[in-house]
Amino acid sequence: MRKKTENATTLVRVIALIKPYLWLLILSLLFAVITVMTTLYAPVLTGQAIDHVVAAGKVDFEAITPILLRFLIVVGIMAVSSWVMNLCNNRIAFHVVRDLRTQVYAHVQKLPLSYLDSHPNGDTLSRIVTDIDQLSDGLLMGFSQLFTGVVTIAATLGFMLSIHVGIALLVVVLTPVSLFVAAFIAKRTYSLFRAQSKVRAEMTSLVEELVGNQKVVTAFSYEEKAEERFYDVNHRLQKVGLKAIFFSSLTNPCTRFVNGLVYTGVGIFGGFVALTAGPAVLTVGQLSCFLSYANQYTKPFNEISSVITELQNALASAKRVFDLLDEPEQLPDKEDAVVLHGAEGTVGLSHVAFSYVPEVPLLKDVTLNVEPGQRVAIVGPTGCGKTTLINLLMRFYDVKKGSITVDGTDIRDMTRESLRENYGMVLQETWLKSGTIAENIAYGRPDAAMEEIEEAAKASYAHNFIRRLKDGYQTVIAEDGGNLSQGQKQLLCIARVMLCLPPMLILDEATSSIDTRMEVRIQRAFHKMMKGRTSFIVAHRLSTIREADVILVMKDGDIIEQGTHKELLEKGGFYHNLYYSGAPEEQSAE
Amino acid sequence: MLRLARYLKHYKKESIIGPLFKMLEAFFELLVPLVVADMIDNGIAKGDKTYIYRAAFIMVLLGVVGLVCSLIAQFFAAKASVGFGTELRDDLFAHMNRLSYAELDKAGTSTLVTRITSDMNQVQSGVNMILRLFLRSPFIVIGALAAAFLVNAKVAVIFVIATPILTLIIYGIMVLTIPMYSKAQKALDTISLATREGLNGARVIRAFGRCEDETEEFTEDCNRLLKLQKRVGKVSAAMNPLTYVVVNLAIAAIIMQGGKQVDAGVITQGEVIALVNYMTQILNALVALQVLIVSFTKAMASAKRVNEVLDLQPTVLDQDEPAETADQQRKKTDAGTDAPAVVFEHVSFTYPGAKEEALTELNFTVKKGQTVGIIGGTGSGKSSLVNLLPRFYDVTKGAVLIDGVDVREYPQRKLREKIGMVPQKAVLFSGTIRENMKWGKDDATDEEIDEALLIAQAKEFVDAKEGRLDYKLNQGGKNLSGGQRQRLTIARALVRKPEILILDDSASALDFATDAALRRALSERTKGMTVFMVSQRTATIRNADVILVLEDGEVAGIGTHEELVETCEVYKEICQSQVSAEEVGA
Repeated sequence: MRKKTENATTLVRVIALIKPYLWLLILSLLFAVITVMTTLYAPVLTGQAIDHVVAAGKVDFEAITPILLRFLIVVGIMAVSSWVMNLCNNRIAFHVVRDLRTQVYAHVQKLPLSYLDSHPNGDTLSRIVTDIDQLSDGLLMGFSQLFTGVVTIAATLGFMLSIHVGIALLVVVLTPVSLFVAAFIAKRTYSLFRAQSKVRAEMTSLVEELVGNQKVVTAFSYEEKAEERFYDVNHRLQKVGLKAIFFSSLTNPCTRFVNGLVYTGVGIFGGFVALTAGPAVLTVGQLSCFLSYANQYTKPFNEISSVITELQNALASAKRVFDLLDEPEQLPDKEDAVVLHGAEGTVGLSHVAFSYVPEVPLLKDVTLNVEPGQRVAIVGPTGCGKTTLINLLMRFYDVKKGSITVDGTDIRDMTRESLRENYGMVLQETWLKSGTIAENIAYGRPDAAMEEIEEAAKASYAHNFIRRLKDGYQTVIAEDGGNLSQGQKQLLCIARVMLCLPPMLILDEATSSIDTRMEVRIQRAFHKMMKGRTSFIVAHRLSTIREADVILVMKDGDIIEQGTHKELLEKGGFYHNLYYSGAPEEQSAE
Repeated sequence: MLRLARYLKHYKKESIIGPLFKMLEAFFELLVPLVVADMIDNGIAKGDKTYIYRAAFIMVLLGVVGLVCSLIAQFFAAKASVGFGTELRDDLFAHMNRLSYAELDKAGTSTLVTRITSDMNQVQSGVNMILRLFLRSPFIVIGALAAAFLVNAKVAVIFVIATPILTLIIYGIMVLTIPMYSKAQKALDTISLATREGLNGARVIRAFGRCEDETEEFTEDCNRLLKLQKRVGKVSAAMNPLTYVVVNLAIAAIIMQGGKQVDAGVITQGEVIALVNYMTQILNALVALQVLIVSFTKAMASAKRVNEVLDLQPTVLDQDEPAETADQQRKKTDAGTDAPAVVFEHVSFTYPGAKEEALTELNFTVKKGQTVGIIGGTGSGKSSLVNLLPRFYDVTKGAVLIDGVDVREYPQRKLREKIGMVPQKAVLFSGTIRENMKWGKDDATDEEIDEALLIAQAKEFVDAKEGRLDYKLNQGGKNLSGGQRQRLTIARALVRKPEILILDDSASALDFATDAALRRALSERTKGMTVFMVSQRTATIRNADVILVLEDGEVAGIGTHEELVETCEVYKEICQSQVSAEEVGA
């Protein structure tokens, strides 16, 4: 029951989406009725015309000509109205998709990062792309098909009843038989199809593993075994596939056969009526008209039944889209929020606590004062809360307890945008947009002049490699910077920050996958940027740590040690251990 | 597609019977209007009830025969197409297995996966469709035309005019819309891309305050798609009305012209009805054919992609000189007993299709049991160098000798048995730990596996797992940490007790302590094994017997750590970036 009401609310919301196009919808329905009526009326007219074609010397052309003229007019109306109906439907469907998609995308931009962090991107993506398409295909197109189908059935019935009640009833009684046959076969084949897709899935994952790692297969000469395993799945697929394909292909011939029987039944019965009762009750033309109805009558039923499964899928899709839309947006900036401009760089954390889930506190009670221009290195084992700290500083997440201030103002009293503008951020995951290199460097300041872009690239040691690319700054980088090395991407991210040069920095040093000489350049670029700027560095390199003004040693959500490199080493605590276990063993032996 | 037709050769009988029976079914279908006409003319018009009975009987009989034919056709078509698919898939998979690294680089393994899964499914159903339906529609069109001529040539002229017009409309619209649809599809792909980027880059977008710009751009993308969709919608929506008009014009003409013929006593009323029916049958057949062509073009595109894979020729091949007898082989291997383990002689290597050399003029010799450290920046050729040993690629110039014999003279299997490879990416397979370890050696005992795990510093965590060696790994070994995976891949290479072990930067996920313990175990427990160790960390290789410093594919320095620190600028620079000056000085 609950599911029903849920579906109903979803449906209501879908209808709300169509509201701006209400007049189009009305137009579409109107033309649908016209289309159905004219489509059904046409055979009646041909029937009438044929009735005047009796036998040699008994053809009444004077009667036929006006009938055929009328027939052509009806056909013309039908053609125009069905075209217009289709155009209306397309317009509604495509516009609703556009509206909904932009709405959802704008909403996603306003969702708190906690949502995006805790939901796989692939899932959100498929809601925005596939589900919305499914919704429009299923619900909007489905709706118009459903409507046309119902009107067709009703009108066909009406027409048939008006011609001859008995034959009409015969058609009504017999036609569902083919539906039953189709349903029966579908039910039987369903399990076969499930078996097939199971083996298919098995094959896909085997292929993904083996072919996807073909190089390892080659390295270990595993080819023969791989082929054996593939052969096994492949031949199981053959067996189950043959059954599934054969049985599912039965539907068409079987329903056609049943329809043929119905057709025959109508033919005989009609023949008898025409024979015994004479043309006053049923003419030959009317019989031919009946025969064509009998042929078409099952079609809307089949369409409706396929539309209904489509509709159910579409409803599920719609629900997934609406669920995403219903996710609460992040708290809006306060009305009297301050616009932070050119911050000095005093950052204060006072008793900050944070957790993603209440049971697992990530930061417990962090207090810290950073003077303008200080370099803060954050070190500690994985999962100690380093990334969390960055998330809080940038206000990607809000603190649970305590407060964070910049230049003495609580960051919750500032606009998010202005707070973030005062930070330059370079993370380990190097996100680049598909577009030219110049566009990417200018991401923070789209109006930057080309000279400024080059200046920033030079300052971040990226100019050299960019120059060597085929189209230089206009080189288009593929999705996710696919055609660049990890180090090159990192340099571009630095250049991107270099162009804006905000007063405060957040840097996450890359760990691996960058070669050492590239690293030297990145280090240099970092150094240049940090001069005179309050900087927070998630540090992995000893040199960075040593040159920091303050080192925060974090463990299990707390700052357990704090001080300069020298102070901390003398203290001989956790940092001391961390430092020596991280350094080459030879040294620790000294 | 035609090239793939040879995979039907085991199903010759099936691929003939299928279409044949489908045509028979169509033939019976074409008879029905004639029977109805007969019934109207002779039964109803003349008031003969037995005629109606007979007509009914014939129609049911035609239906039954048609059904049987159809079932036979479906069965054989299914059998042939599924058999076709299975054999082709077998071959395709075996072919992929024979490809060398150069071809794999060119095609990309993820592409290969889609080729053998979704593309193959498309091709298979394409074949099924061809066998079942491709002959049917043209047959009905031609059959209906022929029947019309049989009934009355003068009326049949209308058919001759209407059929080409219908064909023109249906295929004209198809030709018009296909490029439009693909444009719309591209626009949709752009939207997917924009969405994906918007999600992946959420932090950066917010950090730079670009949310609104991104939304605006996205709206533009959506509007572009909307425009394209509306345009193609307008054209494709015209098809049904246009064909409907043409068919009905033809029907009106048939009634007029047929009326004249009836008036003249040439044909009967029932035959006029039959002609009208044939006209509708032609339309239905043409529409069915159009749907068919759309899915057929998809299958064709897939077939093309499958053929592309089959066209890839493996470049690394075993020498097939019959002169190379087992005896000579043995001599060579024997000769190798006191030969150096590895010799690079003037080796240069260029990746296929690349302009610049990846490796240039490499010359060095490695003695048995030595440990060689290879260091250098990204793109300096470290991985390329070690990939030449198991002959994943062939050298462009010079030669690589193992045990004194050119690697190209070994059968690939033999050569690779000598080598234990630990690739950069730690790849494990779904299955138990034991199954994974057996990749290295098919008949490895538990003791051998344990020994390998011990050296690879993996024994401790494997012992802690439930079921130890029977512990099941998920696909890609996702239920292990990166470091654990890496240690297992090392153990896997060690199980076969290789003569040469290659560690291609494969300790990157290990912490310093484990890395050190691993190196200690390797040097203590695998006496006589030649080890190539590629690394970014100087700490990992500083104790190697020989260190090879690569820069831009050339040897920038060769020697021990102590020597290189003094003499090699590149090496010094690398060291400096990793450890402080005093450590290098120490």
